[in-house]
Amino acid sequence: MKLEDFRGRQADSAASEEELREALEREFQVIGRRLRRTDGMSKSTGRTLYADDITLPGMLHAKILRSPHAHALIKSIDASAALELRGVHAVVTGADMPVPYGIIPWTRDEYPLCVDKVRYIGDGVAAVAAIDEDTANRALDSIEVEYEVLPHFLDPEEALERSDTPIHEPHKPGQNGNISKKVHLEFEDVEKGLADSDVVIEGEYYFEGTTHTPIEPHCAIGYFDPSGKLTVWSATQVPHYLHRELARVLELDVAKVRVIQPPVGGAFGGKSEPFDLEFCVAKLAMITARPVKILYTREEVFYAHRGRHPMLMHYKTGADRHGRIKAVDATTIIDGGAYSSFGLVTTYYSGQLITAPYQMESYRFDSTRVYTNKPCCGPKRGHGSVQPRFAIEVQLDKIAEALDIDPIELRRRNFIGTNTRTINELRITSNGFLQCLEEVERASAWKSKHRKLDYGRGVGVAGSCYISGTNYPIYPNDMPQSAVQLQVDRSGRVAVFAGASEIGQGSDSMLAYIVAEELGVPLDYIRILSADTDLTPVDLGAYSSRVTFMCGNACIDAARKIKKLVCEAVAEAWNCKAKSIMLAGGWAFKAEDTAQKMPISEAFNLAEAKFGALGATGSYNTPKDIHGTYRGGTIGSSPAFSFTAHVAEVDVDPETGFVEIHKIWIAHDCGRALNPLLVEGQMEGSVYMGAAEAIMEEHIFKETGLHNAPSLLDYKIPTSLDTPEMQSIIVESIDPEGPYGAKEAGEGPLHPSIPAIACAIYDAVGVRLDRLPFSPPRVWAAIRERGRQEEAGELSPWKSPPISVPLPATGD
Amino acid sequence: MLRLHPYRYHRPKELGEALELLREHRGDSMPIAGGTDLMPNMKHGLYTPSHLVALKGVEELHVIEERDGELVIGAAETLTRVASDPLIKRRLPGLARAAEGIAHPMIRNIGTIGGNVCLDTRCTYYNQTYFWREALGFCLKKDGDVCYVVKGGSRCVAAHSADTPPMLMTLGATVDLATADGARSVPLTKFFTADGIWNTVREPDELVIRVRVPIPSPRLRTSYQKVRERKSVDFPLLGIALAVEIDDSHLIESISLVVAGLGAKPRVVGGLDKIAGGQRLTPDIIEEVARRAHRQCNPLDNLIVDTDWRHAMVAVYVRRAFEEVLGQPLAAA
Repeated sequence: MKLEDFRGRQADSAASEEELREALEREFQVIGRRLRRTDGMSKSTGRTLYADDITLPGMLHAKILRSPHAHALIKSIDASAALELRGVHAVVTGADMPVPYGIIPWTRDEYPLCVDKVRYIGDGVAAVAAIDEDTANRALDSIEVEYEVLPHFLDPEEALERSDTPIHEPHKPGQNGNISKKVHLEFEDVEKGLADSDVVIEGEYYFEGTTHTPIEPHCAIGYFDPSGKLTVWSATQVPHYLHRELARVLELDVAKVRVIQPPVGGAFGGKSEPFDLEFCVAKLAMITARPVKILYTREEVFYAHRGRHPMLMHYKTGADRHGRIKAVDATTIIDGGAYSSFGLVTTYYSGQLITAPYQMESYRFDSTRVYTNKPCCGPKRGHGSVQPRFAIEVQLDKIAEALDIDPIELRRRNFIGTNTRTINELRITSNGFLQCLEEVERASAWKSKHRKLDYGRGVGVAGSCYISGTNYPIYPNDMPQSAVQLQVDRSGRVAVFAGASEIGQGSDSMLAYIVAEELGVPLDYIRILSADTDLTPVDLGAYSSRVTFMCGNACIDAARKIKKLVCEAVAEAWNCKAKSIMLAGGWAFKAEDTAQKMPISEAFNLAEAKFGALGATGSYNTPKDIHGTYRGGTIGSSPAFSFTAHVAEVDVDPETGFVEIHKIWIAHDCGRALNPLLVEGQMEGSVYMGAAEAIMEEHIFKETGLHNAPSLLDYKIPTSLDTPEMQSIIVESIDPEGPYGAKEAGEGPLHPSIPAIACAIYDAVGVRLDRLPFSPPRVWAAIRERGRQEEAGELSPWKSPPISVPLPATGD
Repeated sequence: MLRLHPYRYHRPKELGEALELLREHRGDSMPIAGGTDLMPNMKHGLYTPSHLVALKGVEELHVIEERDGELVIGAAETLTRVASDPLIKRRLPGLARAAEGIAHPMIRNIGTIGGNVCLDTRCTYYNQTYFWREALGFCLKKDGDVCYVVKGGSRCVAAHSADTPPMLMTLGATVDLATADGARSVPLTKFFTADGIWNTVREPDELVIRVRVPIPSPRLRTSYQKVRERKSVDFPLLGIALAVEIDDSHLIESISLVVAGLGAKPRVVGGLDKIAGGQRLTPDIIEEVARRAHRQCNPLDNLIVDTDWRHAMVAVYVRRAFEEVLGQPLAAA
């Protein structure tokens, strides 16, 4: 039975007997196969309908007026002229929706539209619904807003000092309103660990902010029907949380709100909380009784942001003479931008998630997230831990060099192991990190390259771990994190109702593979109906790499309930034991005698006749005893961790500072690859994104607080010509709790890219780039500085040739 | 998405008709060929003409031919065509390569050589949306009276960002211009002015009809070095065109070097004949040329890149231009 045969096959003309005999030999029929995505053809041929493709009769278009000031009080808003314009149907301001929202229930500090104060250039102030976009834009021009401009802070260290001008009111009198969150945790005695170390490396690292750049801008449509029910279509990755927040902020009964998430054209964490446009289309639809749409401009996507936090990280790392880590002491300032977003979690993640895959004898982190007058930072692929991973891995490279130990060997010596706890008490189960290291070491021919390549070329290694979902939901509750409902038709068609959000990562396909595996139906007999709060059971959303692990388990749970009924019904008809019945290739058949078989639709009909309508629900909830026992110990806890190792090989042009990433080898432990093709796609996409942050991306601002370059021309992400060659190596550790042993693959593989590239640059030309990005001017300046030190005799030449210093910048 | 303002789109078939339309609506019209520069600029509110005069259907603007010792290229020929046309590749390989490095394939498929020659200057404070520019306070190139690059400056220093003009300048090219009232020819070296607001001598109702390039001596060797962040898409951070006429024994008959991407006007590096003319090309001479270019070119903060680095790159890429010139075969006769 070849899987390609699944395509277009009729259920009653399914696999041949020979194929069924082969099927008996295999552990899985569908899982582990290189299959096309179920939505691949419609996406690649332009037939998929995204949010902006939705047009409803009588639909209005809305636009949001945005603040031109980085920090100012709103003294007055006069929209009377706008309302008089022909074609304008409604104007709303902050006063119309004065309920604060926020993805984290403890830090609700945003309003759909600013109520009394704007906090960054681009903050929403008013929204207009009109017959078309041009009319709405004209109306925005005629709204008069009077501001009282306040001092603004772009630098978190300055904001920390200026508590006299709080960006947000302090929670308690006397607190600094510019501190968003502070976490200090210590595990074992760090001072003693440092004192006992044979080598202590101290370094300061700066991770520049970056943003997601999804190709699809945010888009939402609101519709309020006369019975009082609100429907919002939105390009979101968290329909469930959006559902709750819409009801709360608009003061509607949750049961009268429906959120539908159409296919999303890229999210990467940038659509994982409610945004102003969703509240605005809803409110404007309620006022006008017409459908209302907002599509962000690309510039607005940059202002909505929620991208990677800039972090200034001070690290002290101690090791004994064998390279074993005795102490890690981390102090981090996190630039949060104007609001909290997921910042509470980010602040914990900045420390909590670097305690594997290496054992450390003592660990302390002190992280402070600070408000600044810039677009709000949030979760981007590898939320909160990509930045500290850069710091810790480069620290390890420096330790390896100080001790003259190969950096891969140093990592091996510190391997934390399987079925263990990290120093901050996070539970680790399956762990394929050692094999990841071996794979990249072998594939890259590391031993013949490290410190052995000619001047200008180098290799670097780094490792990492990441969560497969967070152990606890964003709002405390004991209900399942994921649920799936299956419904079987008499034709053999199976409908999968799942709250999971397909955001391009392949979650719909994953659910189809599981149902095909369990119930033996061809893939095109499976309909995935996902992310519609009226139809589908709750899934918490596509964030924290949780969907395959959690929704996958829920789907297996539901499918096996139906499978049990079907096998029982068939067994009764054939007068044999239910465990003899197999479902595969469009057939129900007897394992001992594959000639005895019936089309799967007939099997379903037998089951329906015996048990009544065929349907089942399945759910997944996390184990509750796997977190740390201290305050904050639940954050970072996950039912399973993925592990990754990278080797990067780079060419550095010493005259210009251009870094060309020649190749990256990626080995990733995803537990089990449900579809290796999709896992490799996630690995490559992750590496692309990490490499982009390493050498190009800079989410930075002019002095006034204006975004430096809110366009895809000036905000640089690599073109296909700038993208390195990649070799993906899947490592399968078969997790005891994952679906068929699977863990995440969507975010973990990003982490080692940046430190591996940093270490490869060092190997190439002998300069440490501890600030991102490694752009040509920065690399060039570092090489010149080293050249100066070499000329002064402070350093000996790196590798063989002396560094030639180009003409002095000042001329002659 | 960003919206365009309302305008009338004219599709003349003949040059005279196009010129007549431009005269009729002088001050409120603009010519458009590929539109790859104009359309984004209109979406940013930088140009809001009520009339657009489309040039692609005008037969006279489409030509690539050798005539009277010159290569004649019609203004509406696409950059893809300029990059790939066999005649241009044979006679002016440096120009073909400069065109090949512009933007990306889709832009080159519709963008034209005339448009590239007339490309608007670029600046980080100018190529932004209306909202962005208003939030900052408008600059003197559009809607305002201050310069954010040169604080207190009264002259616009937006960067000339086109790739073909520096190469064409080293080749001694001439542009033919026409209005409804008549025609004139201007050497490309006199075509550009140092005013970033409108950096050419072209009148608003005047069209570039064609570019004429003298067929170079077979001893002429050229190189165009484009510095940019990415290998595709981007405008140049620096564009360096070098043309050297040398014989087999590397005796320099003539030398021309143009650096673009700095201010509003491509800079012709001066005094090179004195140090190189009639001499044999040696590493010392290359170093001296690089040093002069470095001294004469001073990048500003008009683009989003470190100016010290950009300045140092002038010398580096002048050297690389010489390396390419010495490594490349003589142009076919």
